[in-house]
Amino acid sequence: MSNVKQIVMPGDPVEVPNLKPRNGVYKCGDNKYCSQFFGILQESEQFVDVVPFTGKYVPRRNDKVIGKVIEIGPSMWIVDISSTYTTLLHMNDAPWRVTSGELKRYMNVGDYVYAKVLSINEIKESWITMKDVGLKKLEGGTLVSIPAPKVPRIIGKGGSMVNMIKDSTHTRIMVGQNGVIWLDGAPENVIVAIGAIRKVEEEAHTVGLTDRVKKYLEDKKGEIVGNSE
Amino acid sequence: MGTASDKKLFDENGLRLDGRSPGDLRPIRIETDVLNRADGSAFIEWGGNKIQVAVYGPREAYPRHMQNINQAFVRARYNMAAFSVDERKRPGPDRRSMEISKVISEALQAAVMVELFPRAQIDVFIEVLQADAGTRIAGLTASAVALAAAGVPMRDLVVGCTAGKVDGKVVLDLSKEEDNFGQADLPVAVMPKSGKVVLMQMDGDLSIDEFNEATSMIFKATERINQIQRDALKKNYASTAQDWGE
Repeated sequence: MSNVKQIVMPGDPVEVPNLKPRNGVYKCGDNKYCSQFFGILQESEQFVDVVPFTGKYVPRRNDKVIGKVIEIGPSMWIVDISSTYTTLLHMNDAPWRVTSGELKRYMNVGDYVYAKVLSINEIKESWITMKDVGLKKLEGGTLVSIPAPKVPRIIGKGGSMVNMIKDSTHTRIMVGQNGVIWLDGAPENVIVAIGAIRKVEEEAHTVGLTDRVKKYLEDKKGEIVGNSE
Repeated sequence: MGTASDKKLFDENGLRLDGRSPGDLRPIRIETDVLNRADGSAFIEWGGNKIQVAVYGPREAYPRHMQNINQAFVRARYNMAAFSVDERKRPGPDRRSMEISKVISEALQAAVMVELFPRAQIDVFIEVLQADAGTRIAGLTASAVALAAAGVPMRDLVVGCTAGKVDGKVVLDLSKEEDNFGQADLPVAVMPKSGKVVLMQMDGDLSIDEFNEATSMIFKATERINQIQRDALKKNYASTAQDWGE
């Protein structure tokens, strides 16, 4: 079992010598911290975090997310970012010159956006913006969803995992911090890329994942179209 | 409960009808992630009880007037299937299931970190498919597992157990006959790490000594049940490790 990290349950004490508990813990006594989640212990240089296996996305400022327009108001789009709460996209935060009441002409219910979380208040109302480089309305492509806590594994250290999938399948991939992933490319390639993403999702709590995904992609090389070799 | 009867509930060796000694639990099995559409789910078999639990949320609370600006609320819905008992149960909420829904909601609310989700609600649907005494406690035990599997932040799991008095003797985990013909029934739920009691009801009469004996039996049993909960949660993730021959 050495290649599975330590599993913790809600209420389990989180104690690792020389490391400070950070995310996913609560204070359960004097200088004692306990886990909030059913998940794994993740150790970094100074801190130890509890990373849940699954759960709803919790918006954080400046996160880039992929959301779906579910409702249109006079001056706002209401967007579902698969979090506990819906979020709002004000017409002034859209990349077009929108006049009030004419929001439908730019984005309709069911359209997807790649946007950035602008702000959140204490009652968890949040706003997103499309005014930054790379943020746009999504046209075409395919969407898949994974639990938000697994997004860091999909991205990998410095984007290593997602870049590897992109390069070996020749697809364009955008990963939202909320766990929604947009892919575009030849259908055969997209299928292989989704397979790789599902593999990461299933085995996110294990170590040595990059090597196994690499092997998976090499095994599937024959199914990729447009290989230059 | 309390129905006078000359039915013998102990044999000559002091064993119960199903062959258990007074301090024995019925066999318990819990499975997690049995429903794909739910955020978290669990299935529990506790003796003859078969209960399915589905958790949805936290999600924005509706109707709007139910929203609490400071915290989420847990809404459990305990429902017995028409075919879950010997004689057909009239479907739909009744006095008993509404009471159970309420006490389970309150027990879970104590464990879930509701203050992290203002204006939200967490739905817990408890469907009793087959009933055999102690369904509220079995449903609550499975709900805690389903909530943890859904990734809902919690202070602790919740684990419950019953004890009661049968033929003047305090016994653990009543079966259907013991519940019907016994003299008392005491369901208790605790948070196992802190030992806080989140649910306690009593039907029938117990003396103070009997009550103390029953509760100490329950507290001991909850440790075992808690271990079953933990093993059930871990199972799905340990098997992936074995798949690659570790």
